[in-house]
Amino acid sequence: MAAQSTLKNMLLCLTLVCLVCAALLGGVYAMTYKPIQKTNENILKASIGAVLPDGGSISDQKTTSLDGKAYTYYEQLSGGAVQAYAVKSATTGFGGTLELMVGVLPDGTVYNTKVLSHSETPGLGAKCQTDRKFLDQFQGLGPDKSVKLRKDGGDLDAITASTITSRAYTLAVSNAVELVKSLKKEN
Amino acid sequence: MEYLLIIISAIFVNNILLSQFLGICPFLGVSNKLSTATGMSGAVCFVITLATIVTYLINKYLLLPFGLGFLQTIAFILVIAALVQIVEIVLKKISPSLYQALGIFLPLITTNCAVLGVAITVVTKEFTYGGAEPHLLNMGEAIVYALATSVGYGIAMILFAGLREHLAGNQVPEAFKGLPIALITVGIMAMAFLGFSGIV
Amino acid sequence: MGKWSLVTKGFVKDNPTFVLVLGMCPTLATTTSAINGLEMGLATLFVLVLSNIAISALAPLVPDKVHIPVYIVVIATFVTVLQLLMQAYMPAAYTTLGLFIPLIVVNCIVLGRAEAFANKNTVLDSALDGIGVGLGFTLSLTVIGLVREILGSGSAFGFKFIPGDGILAFVMAPGAFLVLGYLMVLFNKYLKK
Repeated sequence: MAAQSTLKNMLLCLTLVCLVCAALLGGVYAMTYKPIQKTNENILKASIGAVLPDGGSISDQKTTSLDGKAYTYYEQLSGGAVQAYAVKSATTGFGGTLELMVGVLPDGTVYNTKVLSHSETPGLGAKCQTDRKFLDQFQGLGPDKSVKLRKDGGDLDAITASTITSRAYTLAVSNAVELVKSLKKEN
Repeated sequence: MEYLLIIISAIFVNNILLSQFLGICPFLGVSNKLSTATGMSGAVCFVITLATIVTYLINKYLLLPFGLGFLQTIAFILVIAALVQIVEIVLKKISPSLYQALGIFLPLITTNCAVLGVAITVVTKEFTYGGAEPHLLNMGEAIVYALATSVGYGIAMILFAGLREHLAGNQVPEAFKGLPIALITVGIMAMAFLGFSGIV
Repeated sequence: MGKWSLVTKGFVKDNPTFVLVLGMCPTLATTTSAINGLEMGLATLFVLVLSNIAISALAPLVPDKVHIPVYIVVIATFVTVLQLLMQAYMPAAYTTLGLFIPLIVVNCIVLGRAEAFANKNTVLDSALDGIGVGLGFTLSLTVIGLVREILGSGSAFGFKFIPGDGILAFVMAPGAFLVLGYLMVLFNKYLKK
């Protein structure tokens, strides 16, 4: 019932199938290109919105580096002045990269934090997204406090049984605060 | 140092079979006998390393420069399928006995998700070995990663085949016979491998 | 064989997970919760139905010697379509399932159905077969995910009803093997034949 396996048939068939598939994919790609961009933008906007106070407009993405590490950040402007910064800050957790969005006020107070991506152990380190007792410590954390775990001589409690994740989280926040402080100095 | 971390992490901590669940079908299929398990591990090891090198180059010099990243899946699977064919032809010539033993599973390496899984992981996942900045692997690291991963595959497969040969001679309740008891054994092995987590 | 039995046979009689033991990788890897299992199952169903339809239509035109490469291209195309659609409209699920979406290409269920069924049956039958096997797969994955979620995190479909942490091992790798193993035992004992 199948067509004969002559060289001509095989070549013709493979070429045709590949062409049709490539055309189909190109079409779907073109169709979904804008929606994908928009979805990614929305996710980014939502995560920035979640870590900053209400109001003001968000600037375009800016990049800078501090101590040899590159950072991406966004400024929230209100009446021409910077009202807050949202900094993307990545460190190494237990299972891999832990990436946070950290909202910092110009005086170095942490407004809020949000996990962008992580590969921590489910049920242990992955609680860094949900453990309110841990996360609430960062909300409104003043510049006078030391952004370190209690174990490392700071003021923060770690997530139970997930010290490495907690330490990575804390480091990411403290890096973001340092970055904002250095941005203020430059201005 | 980083190479050493990659090797330990890929073999023990993130063992491809026991913690990433890639390549389970052939793992369950050919691990009845130690000899076939060894042969299969060798074949997989060879194909994974070769496929990773080729797909890495294709991704870097063909797909990305032309903005064709979305064709990754389709391009990679075709490359792997072609490679497996070549390995099959070569093996048929060099070692007919091994070719006989691996039988149906050799063409099935194409659909062994370990091969495609490693190829995709290498070009998309950012690694952070030894507290380094998150970065994509370079060519050298990718090769070491692929090799170490497939060695991890081999170790888990051969260990398991050894256990399974013993299991075959034991009395097992009817409903547990065959795969269920094998899966439970793997579960206990995976638990043992959990002990490695956190050392890298 | 009646049309209806084409759809229902995947549930118990030819269940892809417990009887045919196909597609083990996503079965073990993505079932950390019932929702994840369900999403993975539906993603596979999508590819399975479309590839079954396309392949049953193409089969008579494809020379025998190149049928495998042709099938793989067709399947990979639908997987890529799925990847693009999920990135656009279901980004959260796309991130959770991660690597296992492109890996549907090498899911033995899809190529297996193409080889064993779609290439010698009509388009309609193949579509129904795809739906049946896909639903069977989805059902198994959801059940495994549900058991692991209840034991591992004390919740079902994200709804927490047991306070505390649960037995973490069930959310991690070993739990996947153990739960699948024991479910297979129960299946063999009570449902087979």
